[in-house]
Amino acid sequence: MPKLKVSLLTGRTIDQGKGKEMGKLSKEYSESVVICQMDPNDMKFLGIKESTNVKVITDFGSVVLKAVKSARVPHPKVAFIPYGPWASLIMNPRTHGTGMPSMKGIPAEIEPAPNEKVLSLHDLLGQFRKEGQP
Amino acid sequence: MTVVTGVTCPVCGTFCDDIELVVKDNVITDVRNACAMGAAKFLNYSTHRNLRPLVRKNGELVEASIDEAVKRAAEILVDATYPILYGWSNTSCEAIRVGVELTEEVGGVIDNTSTVCHGPSVLSIQDVGIASCTLGQLRHRADLIFYWASNPWSAHPRHIERYTMFSEGRFQKSAWRGYLSRLGGIMSRKRLRRAANLVLRRDVFATPEVERRLPYSMFQKKRKMVVVDVRNTRTAEAADYFLQVEPNKDYELLQAFRMLIRDEELDVSEVAGVPVEILEEVADVMVGCELGILFFGVGLTMSEGKLRNVDAALNLTRDLNSHTKFLIMPMRGHFNVTGADVVFAWQTGYPYAIDFSHGYPRYNPGETSVIDILCRDEADASLIIASDPVAHFPQKAAQNLVKKPLIAIDPEVTPTTLMADVVFPSAFVGIEAHGTAYRMDHVPLPLKKIVEPPKTCLPDTEILQRILHKVRKLRREQN
Ligand code: SF4
Repeated sequence: MPKLKVSLLTGRTIDQGKGKEMGKLSKEYSESVVICQMDPNDMKFLGIKESTNVKVITDFGSVVLKAVKSARVPHPKVAFIPYGPWASLIMNPRTHGTGMPSMKGIPAEIEPAPNEKVLSLHDLLGQFRKEGQP
Repeated sequence: MTVVTGVTCPVCGTFCDDIELVVKDNVITDVRNACAMGAAKFLNYSTHRNLRPLVRKNGELVEASIDEAVKRAAEILVDATYPILYGWSNTSCEAIRVGVELTEEVGGVIDNTSTVCHGPSVLSIQDVGIASCTLGQLRHRADLIFYWASNPWSAHPRHIERYTMFSEGRFQKSAWRGYLSRLGGIMSRKRLRRAANLVLRRDVFATPEVERRLPYSMFQKKRKMVVVDVRNTRTAEAADYFLQVEPNKDYELLQAFRMLIRDEELDVSEVAGVPVEILEEVADVMVGCELGILFFGVGLTMSEGKLRNVDAALNLTRDLNSHTKFLIMPMRGHFNVTGADVVFAWQTGYPYAIDFSHGYPRYNPGETSVIDILCRDEADASLIIASDPVAHFPQKAAQNLVKKPLIAIDPEVTPTTLMADVVFPSAFVGIEAHGTAYRMDHVPLPLKKIVEPPKTCLPDTEILQRILHKVRKLRREQN
């Protein structure tokens, strides 16, 4: 399966900002943050179309997201994910003594994952466990 | 029906104070002047909310009385040896003040969202110093506006309109018209390109990687805007010139500008993906402006180099001031994150990441900052207010946070409140409770109370005071 090495950015989008104010449990919010914006040529390279699921892998974890064409191109080998619980799964927690984790410019790999599902918020939180609980 | 004017918007750091709300029977029915984000908050704030305090029993969150929840929260904090109290940037200064008192009482760590946002900027400002100003000055006088690693169109939607390019200042006119005509050009180029792609099946209009010359508008004597970012954004499209920098290369680019401004030679052909001729032209525009401002976003603090990137930006402004007047300001995200820094600083001497475990305030970001504490798994309880770390912290930190007792004070239902052990639904400050907040340029403005909160939702200040009171009582009983 083709794999693509990218530099991963995270940040705000206006949809994420609006969705957040609609409520973190709203459909608007989750739809606005489970996406990975990519360069159309990179998508071609991976052989995927708009809204195909992809798996984004970093040294710190992996997450399945929906690939979408970004509106402003070109940005070859750069992918963008809006802030949110899904992006947090693959962020670099190291702060290099500043208190600040690295959330932009993280080396990552993207591969098509048309058969894998995007986690729902419920399932995502289900991965977190309280101490002493199963 | 009444119309309330001069309302401040409790959403982003722009902290607009010209919002008008139409209120009917204690419900906000219409919003004027706000952007999409602000309007979404005023109109939808009450859709996803808890109305009653919740306490976790046998693994399930169940409704409880306020007193019961206060008691449980106080017990958690008293039993903990190293609790963290985190959030604060979305509440009022009055609540933050009580929060500092509570942290001192329980010997914990208090930290605000600066730590994952402009914390490195604060560190750098402490090292280098900052030449800054209020936004009003810029509105009237700034003729060269830089947005570096920041995308106000999405994160601070009215910033450009209220304070910079599209604001009508006394000495500087709005550049709105010029933008509209440029936008027309961009749109028709996009349309042509789409058509060409369909018909010819190849990209004849592909934009070149970097335009080799600055556009004419950059040399005119009027307001101009330059955007430096790793990706093209709406803000970049609105700019007179967009400089695309390679990810993690901001430091190089800033230092290159510093060299050019000091008349030093660059013996390379490009820096961070930008040809040196372009850099020289932009540096000339910087030196030639009357009043320049560099707004920088978390693109600098979150990428490689972190505070050192900000060092370079602050030093660049300093260098520029030997030629002209140039100022710099961080684009703070939440509406009162500046207030959180300010209140922490006047209460403890430090702006964030403050550790009270020795009985006196200590400050050592990297050690006493929440992400580091959580990654080392040292905290044994936490109180989160008006923030959602479960959604926004890196996975390891979030996991360690939720496995220990967690108290959440939040008007909304968020991933953090879903994972908490005690949840206090609070009143929305700025809508259902009043207070004070600091705009990104350190101007304090009032937060208004527009409608009555539901009976069971107390303001943050009161919830914290009740917890503090109970903590003191429990500790007295223990001794
Ligand atoms: S720009 Fe920010 S403060 Fe102003 S209305 Fe929009 S969200 Fe509110």
